[in-house]
Amino acid sequence: MQAIETETPVNTNFWSFWKKNYFTYVPPAFITLILLIGQVFFGILDNYLNVVVAICTSVVSEAILARYVLGVRKNLASAYITGISVGILIRSNMIWPYVVTALISILSKYVLRYKGRHLWNPSNFGVSWMLFMATAYVAGLSIQWGSYILPMSVIWLLGLGIVYRAKKLHITLTYVISFTALAFVRSLITGDAFLAELAPLTGPMYQLFIFFMVTDPGTTVSTKRGQILVVFLVALVEFFLRLDGFIYAPFYALFLVGPAARFIDLKKNAPKGEVKQVA
Amino acid sequence: MSERRSLAKIITVILFVVLLAGSALVSRQKLFSLEGGNLQSKEEALDKYGFYLEPYNKEANINFRHQSPQLDPKLKHIEPQIASMGASVSIVDFDNDGWNDIYFTNSRTGSQNALYRNMHNGKFENVAAQMGVADVNKKGTGVSMGAVWGDYDNDGFEDLFLYKWGRPQLFHNEGGKKLVDVTEGSGLPKWVNANSAIWLDFDNDGLLDLFLGGYFDEKYDLSNLNTTKIMPESFRYANNGGRKYLFKNMGNGKFKDVTNEYGLNSTKWALAAGAADLNGDGYPDLLISNDYNVDELYINEKGKKFVERGRQSGIGDIPKSGMSVAFGDIDNSGILGIYTTNITEKGILIQGNNYWKPTGPPTHEPKFANLAQLAGIENAGWSYGEQFGDLNNDGYMDLYVANGFISAKKGTSYWYDYSKVTGGNSAIIGDAANWPDMKGKSQSGYQQDKIWLNNSNALFEDVSGKVCPYADYDGRAVAMADLWNRGVLDVIVANQNDIPLVYKNISRNNNHWIDFDLHGTVSNASAVGATVEVQWSGKKQVQIITGGIGFSSQNQHRLHFGLGSDNKVDKVLIHWPSGQTDEVVNPEIDKLHNIKEKKAKA
Repeated sequence: MQAIETETPVNTNFWSFWKKNYFTYVPPAFITLILLIGQVFFGILDNYLNVVVAICTSVVSEAILARYVLGVRKNLASAYITGISVGILIRSNMIWPYVVTALISILSKYVLRYKGRHLWNPSNFGVSWMLFMATAYVAGLSIQWGSYILPMSVIWLLGLGIVYRAKKLHITLTYVISFTALAFVRSLITGDAFLAELAPLTGPMYQLFIFFMVTDPGTTVSTKRGQILVVFLVALVEFFLRLDGFIYAPFYALFLVGPAARFIDLKKNAPKGEVKQVA
Repeated sequence: MSERRSLAKIITVILFVVLLAGSALVSRQKLFSLEGGNLQSKEEALDKYGFYLEPYNKEANINFRHQSPQLDPKLKHIEPQIASMGASVSIVDFDNDGWNDIYFTNSRTGSQNALYRNMHNGKFENVAAQMGVADVNKKGTGVSMGAVWGDYDNDGFEDLFLYKWGRPQLFHNEGGKKLVDVTEGSGLPKWVNANSAIWLDFDNDGLLDLFLGGYFDEKYDLSNLNTTKIMPESFRYANNGGRKYLFKNMGNGKFKDVTNEYGLNSTKWALAAGAADLNGDGYPDLLISNDYNVDELYINEKGKKFVERGRQSGIGDIPKSGMSVAFGDIDNSGILGIYTTNITEKGILIQGNNYWKPTGPPTHEPKFANLAQLAGIENAGWSYGEQFGDLNNDGYMDLYVANGFISAKKGTSYWYDYSKVTGGNSAIIGDAANWPDMKGKSQSGYQQDKIWLNNSNALFEDVSGKVCPYADYDGRAVAMADLWNRGVLDVIVANQNDIPLVYKNISRNNNHWIDFDLHGTVSNASAVGATVEVQWSGKKQVQIITGGIGFSSQNQHRLHFGLGSDNKVDKVLIHWPSGQTDEVVNPEIDKLHNIKEKKAKA
């Protein structure tokens, strides 16, 4: 996940804040809000230390790598989001997986690059890798937060508002519609209740996924039509992974589709020569 | 590009590759072994560990087989998921002949429970029918889930409380000759879907009281439903389970429901309970292990009420899938810790079991730290029952944990299907109709039970599969008892929908032991709640008599202490529920001591 980037701030009026000035800081604030709501109402964190460690690892490593690998000072909002996402999305009884996942996530931005841009959404890379490869120590957040409708509604409304403002609403909506339609198809194939196939969408893992991961501007393709196609392909690959019983299918689907689409997009549309991408 | 940035890039790539490789490789090591150790021969195990657990069903003439409950047809598609409990075992000397007997419960309508009388010749005889406790799973009265024995009328014979998904039953022990159903008029409820019950004397009045924990809401008869909305409303925060019951023994064969009065108003999904004085005030506190939510710690306010302090104590911070409770002093500190089991499934759900150790001396508000990881007893599998006991008499408490949820078709897994609904909103997870058809799939099946050997001061070694033949039944209840009066602990495991495992402990070591069987006079006759502290060679170990502990299980009444190679016990302190402490100096070792509570001087 990454912060959604906008222009440099110039004035401090509230609506200006919302409209453009400090919008960079809205997504980090939103994910913090999700964390707080989740923790206050449901106690989603097994302990605070895991999240703190993931955030610190992420932010510090981003600051160091940006400074020494790219030679720039970087806004650390996206690293904060990466850290907080790692802290929420993986589950382990040990501390080191939080450090390693955050590090792998941030490092992927600096190592796996094409034409000066990173290909994978950082936390998607880190979380997917650990869920697939480090199964003895890491599991995912695949459980429901609770039964309270109000906080869930707040998260959905705020999330939709933010992706709308970031001009990424079409991505989120395409994914939700595709998932729902494909859930129906899956229910026909598996014979399971449609609600059972739809159920994951009501959980916290998907809220983080559809508001932060698939909308990550650093790893989406450049055209609106392309973005819609890519996110549909993510849902489609997830559909097949689900039929094959992959619990963490959305992460793996994005892991597979996102970079491929990004690569093709950069090959076709990026200006010649290396483009410096700071995020 | 500067040389410095090039170097930074190279270091970054190397670090990235190392982390990727390292994180992948570490999961392929045996550091986190759910599979247990390599099988060793009996002789190798005896040489290395000094004991071996030999399956002894046939030789002991125990041919019981558990059968799972049958449910309403509306639940047929997930019947193995729901009908996954009911195999229980409790140890009792019901006829006071000085030899431990075994009671197994069965769970299919029409099936029979079994009471195996110890014949003193290595064999057992099923006397459940003539004792009147076999045919108890009748249509309309529900099916057995577990049993606990306790002398509720202080007549010197252990009585039987049978809890069910149905009507709980109380049987009075008529001098070891007959168990008579005295449920009618006893004050017990008509229907409870219970998976836990323990005897305890919460007000120390010398009469055994009763705690009964509901799992499914008591308004449902699972064999005859008119709704499918019976499931937990959440995987981690469910409060729609069965209610709890606290019954005060009125002393006339009647029990009074004092649940609300005493503040036990939880409707979490209780699977186990344990009672021990955890704050040093002389009254038993209550720990409830809950599925789909946090465990609860109820502090006993001097027998007047219970106050839930789970979160404050640290025990109730993280919701897991609580299955079982046991008390054990694993580092010979003279302080009881609490072990609770949960679920660990690689890559899917890593909850880990807990060992809660008090962070300081007993206070009104005890606080606990989870030391399971440090002790090496965290990850077992889909764990149910557990028991502490010194299996090799080396002076340190070992640990047996029963594992395995549903062993159906090999090579299949219901976990993915399970994850769909458990990740969903309450309206989805709470309705069994939304749960995918199991289609004969396994879920955390074919798991070996864990046996952890305490090598000294809470450093455990996984010897699963090394000290017994390979077995992968769906383990539920575990009990430890000296079945043949040899001074060693044998292990009995009740397996779901299968035969139990009666392990005879074959011992090859020169270690000593000492046993205590306590009988209350001022305190309740069963001495439930009494603790014994044995001091020897600079060590001290404490154990407690419980009225049921683990998951649907009860250990032998006597307490067994291994002493290692030491051949002298310095002192024994017996703390009775009455508040009295008796002291025994230099008791004879390698012997069972029957101790009656001294009556207080007038």
